[in-house]
Amino acid sequence: MRLLRCADSGLLVELDELAGVLALYNALADRPPPGVTDLVPAARTLLLRLDPQQADITEVERAVRSAPTGQGTLADRGQVTVPVRYDGADLAEVARLTGLSERAVVQAHTATEWTVAFGGFAPGFGYLTGGDGTLHVPRRSESRTRVPAGSVGLAGEFSGIYPQASPGGWQLIGHTDLRIWQVDRDPPALLRPGVRVRFEEVDP
Amino acid sequence: MNRTEPVTRRTHRRHEPGLDVVEPGPLATIQDLGRPGLAEIGVGTSGAADRGSLRLANRLVGNDEGAAAVEVTLGGLVVRAREALTVAVTGAPCPITVNGRGAAPNTVLRLPAGAQLCLGRPDRGLRSYLAVRGGIAVEPVLGSRSTDVLAGLGPDPLTSGTLLPVGPAPAEFPTVETAPVAPPGAGEISLAVVTGPRDDWFTEQALATLLGEPYEVTPDSNRIGMRLSGPVPARRTDTELPSEGMVAGSVQVPPSGRPTLFLADHPSTGGYPVIAVVVSSDVDAAAQARPGQRIRFHRTDPDRPRSARRRRLPH
Repeated sequence: MRLLRCADSGLLVELDELAGVLALYNALADRPPPGVTDLVPAARTLLLRLDPQQADITEVERAVRSAPTGQGTLADRGQVTVPVRYDGADLAEVARLTGLSERAVVQAHTATEWTVAFGGFAPGFGYLTGGDGTLHVPRRSESRTRVPAGSVGLAGEFSGIYPQASPGGWQLIGHTDLRIWQVDRDPPALLRPGVRVRFEEVDP
Repeated sequence: MNRTEPVTRRTHRRHEPGLDVVEPGPLATIQDLGRPGLAEIGVGTSGAADRGSLRLANRLVGNDEGAAAVEVTLGGLVVRAREALTVAVTGAPCPITVNGRGAAPNTVLRLPAGAQLCLGRPDRGLRSYLAVRGGIAVEPVLGSRSTDVLAGLGPDPLTSGTLLPVGPAPAEFPTVETAPVAPPGAGEISLAVVTGPRDDWFTEQALATLLGEPYEVTPDSNRIGMRLSGPVPARRTDTELPSEGMVAGSVQVPPSGRPTLFLADHPSTGGYPVIAVVVSSDVDAAAQARPGQRIRFHRTDPDRPRSARRRRLPH
């Protein structure tokens, strides 16, 4: 565990793997140290955002170092089934990168359950982990300037769904009509950390 | 998009009290202290770019510090009061008139019913704050009335004809008529930074460059952040950084080498290394830097006692 300060506004905790990030997140989420306004988990880091008027950063560092090293999984927050048409622009490229056929890519993506590990990038975007390990592919070398809302993609160890049209560099394998983000719905985000996701193929 | 509704729907309620926007100027948005605590669903903090000036404007009119106000970029805002209202303008000092008569910034201003308030172009600074006693009472989105231009959350920027509804006056009354505040800097702006969290991704020379040379704020700047032009801080490694959380004030160096200083609507995570972070008490000053203005970073000790440079009202 490495603790890196972001001036007086944050403490970035670097860990070896995602399970360690989630374990620390679990340990701090219910009772964050005084002055911590937000916890921002990511693939290898947990950022604690601080209110500089309230937080004593050395106290926060002590709390992080002494946090119990518990479970590296998240509390179950239910399951969402995502219907997907597997017609993504990068499906053939993902097949080439993984050495699978396009059908086998679809089967791998739908065969196992994924779990939202953390959010970020855009409102409602969830980083899904725990899928089939053969599907690990790099991001596209060139980002697209516009990825349509509902696009289902792969990047690194993650799968994800674009909540709104935005620029993006993930390999797109399909798309869903399910609205995963609606600001006037409660909750606005379907894919919150701990939600389990099952992709289901629907006919084009 | 339904996020426009809270403001536009109300423009049809002709009898509702508040302020009518006559001219919005280059960019005027509603801002409060934002949406902390929603990182897990990918929502950033947003809120006023110069939080100290928002707080001051609210305290002047007796509001809660975090009440929603108007963030006015480079002046140009003209509003008309539907009823008698108490307001204050802070931040970038713009020429202010009430029904054509000059008025001072950082003071309590009384607008008679029907009065027109004009904010001219400030000669220094970038963002002024117009607080109204009672606060701007548009419908909150996820707990805040702030417009987040990156995430597309909150009310749309103001346009001619927008009605700004005003909430009920708070119990507290304004306690002072004026607050002595130093205006934003007009020349080179000096900002204190703590190096890191990813300073080890850069060469020693890169840090010396960042801390030794001035950078110019480019026109490619907004509430999300400021793109800076100046010498490129050289990286030690070409490794790809897994995306990680960021704070306002982060100085990130993308592959182009042009540093970006992130402000209120910054993305909650970023995939390029952050070489240094502007201390919280100087982020407000950064948000007042205009395109073309030069800024210079100087290193401060991360263990320095936390700064209490809040602008307080005299008792």
